[in-house]
Formats: sequence, C-alpha cells, structure tokens
Amino acid sequence: MDFNLTEDRQMLADSLNRYLGDKYPVEHRNAVAYDLPCHDDGKWAELAELGALFALSPESAGGFGGTGFDIAVVFEALGRTLCPEPMLGAAMAARILTALEQDQEALLSGATKYAVALAEVDAPYDLQAMECSAVAQGDGHALTGRKTSVYGGQVADVFLVAAMLNGAPALFSVQAAAAQVVGYPMMDGAGAAELLLDGTPAQLLAADAGAIIADAVNAGIVALCAEAVGVMDVVHATTVDYLKTRKQFGVPIGKFQVLQHRAVDMLTEIEQARSITIKAASELGGPDAGRFASMAKNMIGRAGRLVAEEAIQMHGGIAMTWEYPVSHYAKRLIMLDAQLGDTDYHLSRVMADLAA
Amino acid sequence: MDLSFSENDIAFRDEVRSYLADNLPTAMTEAVRKGGELTKEMMEEWHAILQRKGWLATIWPKEYGGPGWTPVQRHIFEEECCRAYAPRIVPFGLNMLGPVLIEFGTQAQKEYYLPRILSGEDWWCQGYSEPGAGSDLASLKTRAVRDGDHWVINGQKTWTTLGQHADKIFCLCRTDPEAKQQQGISFILVDMNTPGIEVRPIRLIEGGHEVNEVFFTDVRVPAENLVGEENKGWTIAKFLLTHERTGIAGVGFSMQSLEEVKALARKIRRGGKRLIDDPLFAARIAQAEVDLEAMKITNLRMLFKAQQQGAPGPETSILKIKGTVIHQELKDLARRALGPVAAPFPGYLAEGNIMFGPDGTEHNAARYFNNRKTSIFGGSNEIQRNILSKAALEL
Repeated sequence: MDFNLTEDRQMLADSLNRYLGDKYPVEHRNAVAYDLPCHDDGKWAELAELGALFALSPESAGGFGGTGFDIAVVFEALGRTLCPEPMLGAAMAARILTALEQDQEALLSGATKYAVALAEVDAPYDLQAMECSAVAQGDGHALTGRKTSVYGGQVADVFLVAAMLNGAPALFSVQAAAAQVVGYPMMDGAGAAELLLDGTPAQLLAADAGAIIADAVNAGIVALCAEAVGVMDVVHATTVDYLKTRKQFGVPIGKFQVLQHRAVDMLTEIEQARSITIKAASELGGPDAGRFASMAKNMIGRAGRLVAEEAIQMHGGIAMTWEYPVSHYAKRLIMLDAQLGDTDYHLSRVMADLAA
Repeated sequence: MDLSFSENDIAFRDEVRSYLADNLPTAMTEAVRKGGELTKEMMEEWHAILQRKGWLATIWPKEYGGPGWTPVQRHIFEEECCRAYAPRIVPFGLNMLGPVLIEFGTQAQKEYYLPRILSGEDWWCQGYSEPGAGSDLASLKTRAVRDGDHWVINGQKTWTTLGQHADKIFCLCRTDPEAKQQQGISFILVDMNTPGIEVRPIRLIEGGHEVNEVFFTDVRVPAENLVGEENKGWTIAKFLLTHERTGIAGVGFSMQSLEEVKALARKIRRGGKRLIDDPLFAARIAQAEVDLEAMKITNLRMLFKAQQQGAPGPETSILKIKGTVIHQELKDLARRALGPVAAPFPGYLAEGNIMFGPDGTEHNAARYFNNRKTSIFGGSNEIQRNILSKAALEL
C-alpha cells in the first residue's frame, strides 16, 4: 500500500501548482473568468507545455498518463487556483479518442480545443433520455437537437456529441464552425455553451457508444472531484487562517470553541471527500468505475456544500464580497455539483446497486 | 388553545388582500418574481402606494402616522405582501430610525424627520458595522468629536445597505474613547451630502450592488443631530435590535419560496419524468415543508406572547436562526432543481435569446448565493445563539 504520489506525478503536481500560483493568481483568474471567452490562450498553451494535457492520455495514445490518478493530479492543481480553462472537455475527449484509438495529437498539444456535449435541458444527467438524434446523410450524418451546458464549448474547435442513432447512443464529431454555438460565462466564472444542432453535418465516431460515454463521464467525475478537493483545501486553509487573525471581542475568533469544532467538521468532510476521490480514481477504467464515481460525486456534493456555506458563514460578510477570493471558491464548489450528475442523481445510482 | 385568527383579523386580512390586488402594480410583482434587483424608483413608488393607505410605517404608533396595528395584524400584513409578491419595505427609515426617534428623539427631531420618512423625502441608511466591528459591534472606532456647535466625524462604516440611494445615514460613533466600550457611543444623524463623505460600492458574491462602504473625513455635523444623550447610543442600538425583529422569521418569504420550488419541480422534466416524481428531490421539498410548517406556528406563538407581554423576548432569536436556515434551504432547492441550467451568469441569456430554465428562474443561482447573507446580517446566527444561551438559558 502506498498513498504517496509517484515521483513523476508529484513533479507534475509541483510544477502545475507553481505555474498556476505564479501565472494564474486570483486577480488574473477573475479578469479571465466571468466574461467571454473565459479563456486565456497564452496560458492554455503554457499549461499544455507543462504537460497538463499530455497527462490526460496514456503513452499508447501519445500522452504520458491517462490513469485516474494522473487526471486527479491535474485537476486538483486547477482547483487550487480556480483555473477556468476548458480542461474538463479535454480530459473527457482524450478518454473518448483513446478508447476509439483516434489521433489526438492536436488535443494533447493544446492546438485544438475539444468539448464534450452530453447533457440536454430535459436530460441533464441521465443520458438514456436524450433526444438529440442523428440520421445518415450522404457520406456522413446529420444531427438535430440541443445540447446544453457544454463546458468549454464557448472556445471549442471540435465538439464530441452524443446523439441517438438507431435507438442507441452514438458519438459524433462536429466542427464548431458547422454548428450554432451560444457561449456564456457561468456563475462560477468558467465558460460553457449551448450547442444548437439543426441537420448539422457530423462525423460518426462510434455507434452504440454507451460504454465509451460512461467511461468518459467517469473520468470527468474523477476530474471534478479532484478539482473540488483542491478548491476545498484552499477554502479550509483560508478559513482557518481567518479564524487565527480576525479579532472580535478582544480575541482571535478561532478561540471560540464553537468555531473550532466547525472548522474541524469541515476538515473531516474534506478528508472523507479526498478518500472517496482517491478510490474513484483508482477504479477508473475498471468494472466498478461507475459505482465509485457515483459515490465520489455524491460525497463531493455534500462536502462541497458544507465547506462552501460554512466558510462563508465563519468569515461573515467579507466572504460575501466579490473582492474576497473565498466567495469565488464557494461558487465553484456549489456549481460543480450540477456538472455530470448532482448529489441526488449519484445517490440514486448507488441506491440502484442495492436492489441489484 | 385555538390556532385560528379572530373574525376581526380575518376581515383585516381580506382588506389587505383586496388593497394589494387593486394597488400593487404588475410591473412590481413581475420584478419581484424574477428576483433581480429593484430600482430605487420602484421601491419609492411602492412606499408611496402604501403611504396613501396609511400602511407604510407599520410599527409606528397611530399618533405619528402609523396604522396602530397589533403584532398579529402586522404579521398578517407581511404575509399577505409576500403572498402578493410585493417589494420589501426598505426598513432603515421606517422600521429602524422611526421607532428610535419616537422613543428617544427631541420634539424638533420628531417633527422634522418623521414626516420626511413617511413622504419618502429622506432615504435613510444605517451606519453601524465597521471593518473591525462586525459581530463585536461595540468595538466600533468611528470617532465623533465635539467642536463648538458641531460634531466632527472621522472613520469608516461598512455593509451599508442601499447607501448608494441614501440622503441620510444614522451612525453609531465613539464619543468617549476613555469609557468602557458600550458606554462611549453616541447615535448621530448625518446628511449624506455633507462634505467629507465618500460612498464606495461593494460588489457582492453574485455580482450585485446592494451594500457599500461609507468613509468619513472631517465630516461636520450640527450638534443637534445627536439623538438621545451623549454616550448613550448603545441603549438605542439595543432598542433597535428589538425592533429589527418584526418579521425576523421571514415566514412569508419562505412560503413564497416553497411554492416556487414546488411549481418548479412540477414543471422541470428529467429524463421523461417530472422532477417532483424523483423521490430524493421530493424528500428535500417535503423536509423543508415540515420545517416551515413548524416555523409558522413557532412564529405565531412568539407573536402571541409579544402581544400579551408588550415586547418580544430573547427567544425570538430562535426565529432568526431557524427562519433564515429554512429560507436558505429553499433557495438551495430552487437552484438545485434547475441542475446545470442554473449555471449561466444572469444577463447573458437574453442576448442569445435562448431560454434556459422555466421563465423567471434566471436568477435562481444568484439568489441562492445572495441569500447566504441572511444568516450573517442583523446579528449573525452565532450572535443569536449567544443571546439565547445568555438571556434565555442563563448559561
């Protein structure tokens, strides 16, 4: 047993943390976030040079990572600085392209940005119910329907789109230029897009792609959970620091036992969240990946809400301001719950296992 | 025991309901429903509509222009206003300064200021909190020094709600730095147009502007703007705390939010089923409804007690603690119900002309974040627990 990172992953973590801490501090982050395109092309290229993208795929596909732990290392670092760059789409697309043994050089170098379009307004989490559909057209296919909340879609060059083909979910590739893309910034500062498809030309990547999509979602969940752990670590450290320095009634407020206990409760939940994220990362790609991804996302949803709300409450008014970074971290934690299935959705998946 | 309202109260409720139906403009209820920020003009217009009927200063005695209502009538009025999606009353002049002047003001102060509050001529804001004095309000440092016929004020106030619209501010200032903390504070009225005052906006977590910082640099204020005795401002601050407690449970707002969440869960579809048919989400709504049903009665029990005893007791802190938590939970559900559709930053949706969630839900995530304030302001829920443990439990 060894819960340490391998030397390579530790080096990657260190270099990403150092780079993001220096080059993507909160002032820069807030300047990039909340307004289109919610993306800094130069920083994206530098992140790619540091290997943030190569870490998302295995050597066989041209990368140097590709396991759950590799993904977790990258996203935990992104979480620590609330980096809004469109990395989730890259991680999920890399997973899909690897499974399909498709060339992904342009993705891993950062030259081409990918977004993965799964959710729909009436089927945000459970893709069995999606209505976007494909028909054969000439040499390729044509897609019709609306994909919602496509993370990173506001700057994507290529969309990997899930749509129904002959009654089964299939995966297609759609060029951004061929579709109507409505980008927008989100409450947590990152960008997304609505993808409006109306007989839009698409290239079929895989028919009957349910298993490939599920694997990409599991990888995305590991990424989001690791990101949340990074966010929570910073929020907790900032809160504890505030408890030690903020004085009211003549003493640092951290002297009040009620706040001490609540800070400890936050820590307990964060450690539990870290543990289940490690578990989900270790199972990624295996037969039980979905079950542990669901457990992790459920736990992260609950811990994230507690940490966000308690951090604000224990700080008081200051954490309600745009100027104080904890507010942005809290928004990220809360909004992350609705990505790739929320607390309840993933609990229901764990519940379904009980009946099996 | 009898939980029903008296015949008089029911007649009163019907009267309120029909006045609101006839006089509350649709543009206002729409703005409230959508949950964005209301304009100053809208708030002023609403005040004027209520004042025409004599229902604006609901907690003032009749002789000063109040309606002379019982606590139960005030409760009914607030509940009906929520039910009708009326804007909230801006409380600083009407529910805070008004009662202070009536209790502690000179005849001249009452005659000058009270009519101006009723007419809407003066928009007041509150100068209490400072960067270093939040929960520990008595540690405030803003200084007022007597110089002939004037006070000279230096310092900084913060969290000044709607101060950007205000003509005047009532301040707690330190007038005796040698005295024990609570004993060297005075309550002073300041015209916001006095030279030396600067108002700077504070942008909130969700992006909105409702609070401000107010800076005072050698601000000269006439000596007669002192309310009550010099160095006795803390008595006024404590008095105000009891008046800030009308409607503290926010039951009407929570009832409004509960109905919104139920309607939303019936409208939203997840994979071919209504969200309300998802047992996990339904359980969350039901749980909040149970809590709110109990809170309604807790609120009425405390109203009843206040009506019998003449003043609310320290146990009303229970209303603040539980009332805010229930309301915040409902705001969480309103955001959660939308799932990823709650994510877009409000304001971008109209441009693309794409509807995301059901109509009027654009601000649901923003409102969830904004409402985290309610367990912090007006005496944080931690301070309310201190009050309860000391005053009610004598611990």
